[in-house]
Order: sequence, then C-alpha cells, then structure tokens
Amino acid sequence: MVDIAVIDYGMGNLRSVHNALSAVAPDASIVVTGDPDVVAQAGRVVFPGQGAMPDCMRELDMRNLRNAVLDAAHNKPFLGICIGLQMLFERSTEGDVPCLGVLPGQVVRFGHDLHDAEGNRLKVPHMGWNQVHYSDGHPLWQGIAQDERFYFVHSYYVQPSQVALVQAESNYPLPFVCAVARDNLFAVQFHPEKSHTAGLQLLKNFASWNPV
Amino acid sequence: MLAKRIIPCLDVTAGRVVKGVSFVELRDAGDPVEIARRYDDQGADELTFLDITATSDDRGIIFRIIEEVARQVFIPLTVGGGVRQVEDVRNLLNAGADKVSINTSAVVNPQLIADASARYGSQCIVVAIDAKQVAPGHWEVFTHGGRKATGLDAVQWALKMQKLGAGEILLTSMDRDGSKIGFDLPLTRAVSDALEIPVIASGGVGNLQHLVDGVKQGGADAVLAASIFHYGEYTVQQAKQFMAQQGIEVRL
Repeated sequence: MVDIAVIDYGMGNLRSVHNALSAVAPDASIVVTGDPDVVAQAGRVVFPGQGAMPDCMRELDMRNLRNAVLDAAHNKPFLGICIGLQMLFERSTEGDVPCLGVLPGQVVRFGHDLHDAEGNRLKVPHMGWNQVHYSDGHPLWQGIAQDERFYFVHSYYVQPSQVALVQAESNYPLPFVCAVARDNLFAVQFHPEKSHTAGLQLLKNFASWNPV
Repeated sequence: MLAKRIIPCLDVTAGRVVKGVSFVELRDAGDPVEIARRYDDQGADELTFLDITATSDDRGIIFRIIEEVARQVFIPLTVGGGVRQVEDVRNLLNAGADKVSINTSAVVNPQLIADASARYGSQCIVVAIDAKQVAPGHWEVFTHGGRKATGLDAVQWALKMQKLGAGEILLTSMDRDGSKIGFDLPLTRAVSDALEIPVIASGGVGNLQHLVDGVKQGGADAVLAASIFHYGEYTVQQAKQFMAQQGIEVRL
C-alpha cells in the first residue's frame, strides 16, 4: 500500500519533493511514480511540476495520467505544487493551452515592466522567499506563522474565478493568489519542499490531513 | 514583498570546501556537508556548490555530497562546475540539485542553454558569467576558471543567455574575486538593469556593508559570498540583520 504518490510526468526533478516528504513522514511509504494504477491506489497524492505549461500538459497526456490526476483531485487528499497548482485551472496564457479544468479560472503571466514602491525593477521569474498571507484556519496552515516566507520560482500565477477557493495571497508588487483549496484538494504556488521549516510543516500537515 | 537572497558559496575540490584569491591560492575551509548544514541553520536562503575539481576522476565526489546535503537541507541548492551537456544537468538534478550553473560550456556551446532550459525549465538553469573590466563601463567574459578571454561583452552575453532560456545569472567580477574590497558595483548594475531575470552578485565581499551595496547600488537580486562566512567572520544571520537594519527586505 502506497501512502503518498508523487506524480512523475517527466517534467523536472522530483527528488526534492521525495526527500522532504521522507523527512516529515519517515514511516510512510512514498513513491515517485508515472503509473496511473499506482496513483489510483495511493492514499494521498502530490502533484508537482516544473517547466512550460504546453510541455507539462502534453507529457501528462502522453503518459495517460490525466484521468488518474482528475480522480485524485476529486477523491483523496491532494496537494498541487507550482505547475501542479496551475494545471488544475481551465486555461493558461503560457502557450495558450487548455489545462485540466478542475478549478475555475486561468493562469496569467506577471507583467514585463514591474517596479516596486522605490522604483526598482522587479525581475521575472519571481524567484526567492516571499511572505504568504493566509485567510483562514485551514488545517494545512497549522503551526505556520501568518506572513511566513516560502520559496517561490515562477513567471505565471493563477486567477481563480471563485473567491472561495483562495487560501493565501502574496505580493509582487500587487497581490496574487499563492494557495487554493477545495474539499480534499490543496494547492500552492510556492515550493514547500524547498521552504525550510515552514515548508516541511506544511508537508507534515498534508501527510496527516484527513479532509471530510 | 520578495526578500533579497543571501547565498553562501562552497567551492568544492577533492571532497573539501576551499577558497582562493583571484581564482588561485586555495585554502581549506572544511567538510561541505557540515558547512551546508551550518549555513542552513543560520538562515541561508540558498546554497551554491561549485565543483572546482581539476580532474574528471574526482567527479563522482560532488554527486555524493549533493545527495547527502539534499537529504538534510531543505532550501534551494545550485551546483556548478564541469557541466558540458544536457545529461550532466540531468545527473545533477537527479542527485538533488535544484538548479545547475553553467559557465564555460555556455560559451563553447550556447545551444546547451536552450536545450537544457527547454528540457528542465528555465528555473533550474543558472548561467555563471566571470567578467573582467577591459575599459570603463565595459567588461569581457572569461571562461575556464578565468584563464581564457572570449572577446564577449558581459552585458551583451547576459542578454543572449536570457534570450536562450537562462533563469538567472550568477555574475562574478574576476577583478574583485577574493579581494574583499566589495562587488564591482558598476558591473552588477549594468547587467542587472539590462536583464529581466534575477542577477546574483558575486566576487569581492569582505564585510557586511558590501552586501548592502550590492543590493542598493548594484541592483542585485541576490548576493553570494564565501570567505566571510567560511572563516567565521560573520554568520549568515548577522549579515541578514545588518541588511535589514539598512532597510533591505530579507528573510529573518
């Protein structure tokens, strides 16, 4: 019995995700897998990702993983990370491709000429440690301070069309959504596996989360 | 808002962390895994490992070090040195690196940057540029650990790397490296202003004010330093507190 399946669709390095989950859930059986059957049988699912949206969607379908992801996103504890958050929405302006459509809304790019209040240029990708302001007491924020910093690296962000989905926001320089949740699903733009103690706490919370 | 990053750099050869002056005169600083853990405890935002091993025989050592560090340290890890082909990028990522830094091979084969970023994403491709001033306001790119002139203008080269898919630039002033007199601020400013992607300033840090100057005057998104941390002059935490006192947003 696999406790946690980390979905591998060939985009990017999942070693970090596996290392971090192993650190917070040492007794759990954790596998990195591209096998839809293993995903279907796992107790909980992590959906990570790196790279460009058109490639991610193509690779996911080439490996016949779409249905396994859709099923998990509706039926068991599910954690999306970075592109794994973005892919849940309906459409991305990155390559102008349709995504999985689990959640209503779209994925858009940061502007090309961003500046902070002092006039300094803000670089894209948004890379580094930024503050996360969460909106309510979701179990996955347990033990994590309000406005704690997490590690981000991305050029696109999600725009949910339902306010109720929004779990947290960050600023660059304007507020953008960096975490969403619905029922058994939680998804974040930042990388908890690379966010030191706060990130490990979030993963630990996920590993024991029992959504009703 | 986004914090400016402080990145301790570990130059590794034969399984040890070393540091030289102007790319020569190496001095032992200790065990890489132990040092990585110490900087992680002190609040480092990322760690960079540069494999400066001269012979290919010892290449396996860096993989074992990265595997060991990645199991214990949960912040981004960048690894560079000797990366020549897409397969080298893959092997380092599989060992636990989050980003791979490419220097000489980007000049020898610029297509490597396009291929590697297309395959693994721009976010994990760092192009390292070693630059030396050749005239006021002009800097030339050097390769092979600073031994070989390329004739390339550093700002133009950085722009080309951005276009090919680099996610970040690690910019080292050869004139300042190991000097402890501060970053080459005009160089840092020129490259940072020209690019949309983040720039890490490197080379020359001797005190905490230099880190502040790199951000405020150089416009760097991150600052990299080695010897001020290795030999116990300052902790990463002290550096961050000093930067925060100077009004720079950092992760404390």
